[in-house]
Amino acid sequence: MGMAEAILLTIATAATPLLLAAIGELVVERSGVLNLGVEGMMLMGAVVAFGVALATGSAWIGVVAGALAGMAFSLLFGVLALTLVTNQVATGLALTLLGIGLSGMIGVAFVGQPGVKLEAISIPGLTELPLVGRLLFGQDPMFYISILLTAGVMWFLFRTRAGLTLRSVGDSHSSAHALGIKVIAIRYMAVMFGGACAGLAGAQLSLVYTTQWIENMTAGRGWIALALVVFASWRPWRVLAGAYLFGAITIAQLHIQATNLADLAGLPGPLYWLAGAVKSVPSQFLSALPYLATVVVLVLISRNRRLTMMNTPASLGRPFVPDR
Amino acid sequence: MKKTLFALAATTAMLVAGAASAQDKAKACFIYVGPIGDFGWSYQHHQGALEMQEALGGPDKVEIAYLESVPEGADAERAIERFARSGCGIVFTTSFGYMDATNKVAAKFPDVKFEHATGFKREHPNVATYNSKFHEGRYVQGVIAAKMSEKGVAGYIASFPIPEVVMGINAFVLGAQSVNPDFKVKVVWANTWFDPGKEADAAKVLIDQGVDIITQHTDSTAPMQVASERGIKAFGQASDMIKFGPETQLTSIIDDWGPYYIERVKAVMDGTWEQHDIWHGMKEGHVVMAPYTNMPDDVKAAAAETEAKIKSGEFNPFTGPIMKQDGSEWLKDGEVAADGVLLGLNFYVAGVDDQLPQ
Repeated sequence: MGMAEAILLTIATAATPLLLAAIGELVVERSGVLNLGVEGMMLMGAVVAFGVALATGSAWIGVVAGALAGMAFSLLFGVLALTLVTNQVATGLALTLLGIGLSGMIGVAFVGQPGVKLEAISIPGLTELPLVGRLLFGQDPMFYISILLTAGVMWFLFRTRAGLTLRSVGDSHSSAHALGIKVIAIRYMAVMFGGACAGLAGAQLSLVYTTQWIENMTAGRGWIALALVVFASWRPWRVLAGAYLFGAITIAQLHIQATNLADLAGLPGPLYWLAGAVKSVPSQFLSALPYLATVVVLVLISRNRRLTMMNTPASLGRPFVPDR
Repeated sequence: MKKTLFALAATTAMLVAGAASAQDKAKACFIYVGPIGDFGWSYQHHQGALEMQEALGGPDKVEIAYLESVPEGADAERAIERFARSGCGIVFTTSFGYMDATNKVAAKFPDVKFEHATGFKREHPNVATYNSKFHEGRYVQGVIAAKMSEKGVAGYIASFPIPEVVMGINAFVLGAQSVNPDFKVKVVWANTWFDPGKEADAAKVLIDQGVDIITQHTDSTAPMQVASERGIKAFGQASDMIKFGPETQLTSIIDDWGPYYIERVKAVMDGTWEQHDIWHGMKEGHVVMAPYTNMPDDVKAAAAETEAKIKSGEFNPFTGPIMKQDGSEWLKDGEVAADGVLLGLNFYVAGVDDQLPQ
């Protein structure tokens, strides 16, 4: 395996959970609901996926269970925020806190247990191809699922009638309601889809990224996913770009740190000087770079205010109570 | 009226009795930087706490309270203060970043004892500090790494540039250089104590860059697992991580806090607690090496010999001649670094090819 290939594979693994969680949340927010419980749903997905995979010995059953767990957990948010019309921000935060605690409690028995890994696929003849073989035909299934989901969401939101309906609910729930659209039902479905995606993201963490259950193992990735959706101005392909940009810079800065100046002694003068300058950047700054760069880039590509306004779900976070 | 008085008296008596029994029972409180399920740093502190409770008579005698994943900084102060108010006789704050918060709260609660791990500030008589000489274990790891590595380069996943971590890197490099003077270390700062994903990324990056030994100063088992998947060797951190790399782990530095927690909580119960600053290592049993595994017998023997020398006090990893990274002299031949210098260590020894973040 070449170095470039190895780097790209590492980036894909780092970006996939962000993409999965963010693409789900994008659909939720497009329907006008703000669910800040992504981190909690991811953790529930991670712990259930891990436990089920361990019990059954099958990583695939674990993946399905993780998605279902995320979905079930999001239903709790749905009942509270949609049916009982509680404050969405507070309910989402509560969901995250509950998810952290509950997953930790469920997972006590799993701590210190090596898990079941969801193996990368292998297609004879294709996976062995030089350069692109491993990247296109040899990654773990969650990578392909994340890409297919993103493409599916793009097609659904902008190419289907149902997608148009969902967006209309997010833009003006009163108008949608007046047209006879079942606002609450659609929002429930969106929230559950978001929950399932977050659950998948969690499953990726505990079955692929690091094959183990560790309390609070998401370490803030749910929040990064939430931020990606906003900075990507609710466009699926920008979420994809943002997730991969974040992953790429995370890995790149680690490579910069791991490269010793002595490794580069053979470089021509100016390049060596440049490498020295890059190496003299404090590692704290390098660590912050993924956050900084992703925000800057996404803000730059979303700088057209009119388009951004058009893409922002106008009813985002506003509770809906149907007239009687 | 009489009845009421009697009832009142009875209630008062009960309250007094209740208060008395509450005083018999000591309450020890712990602030952890990660989850107790991290299987690393916080896990080991919690194991120590449980060992202490068991040894001092169980839950009837000692009550334990703890808060997990408390961020270092402003939040820590609130958490510590909450404990101080809730009747804790002694509060253990178990991460470097709680240093100022611990001292600040200690000023407000002179009757509560505070014990801060890995720090150096004792601004009030009710603050003690404690630490372990993990670098002794890291020196042994360095010896093993240099003997085991075919490429002569190891990867080091570091957390934050605080003295304890810098000391660990220096000790590792000195140990490795004692075997192979040209041994190289690639240092990656994760800038977190606990983020399994990021720690795994760092391990992957280091392996992609050609290291064939991984050691870590972050708290999760993720790097061990990556090393295992990629078929190279690694050292565990804080606890025995052999389960995550049965064919990978060479050894692990195990933090054994139990004896210390027993001693200190007992001192509070006996009323003999006094401020101190202790820094114990292998000799006192605070730093324990996990079994030497996945290495040939001659390496095992060399490791055990180094360990024995450190344990007996015959050898100190920071014994001169040692040069600083910039080439200037730090320790003369035979000179041993003073504890005070080590605890504030903010420079690399010669041979570390990394720029220390300041």
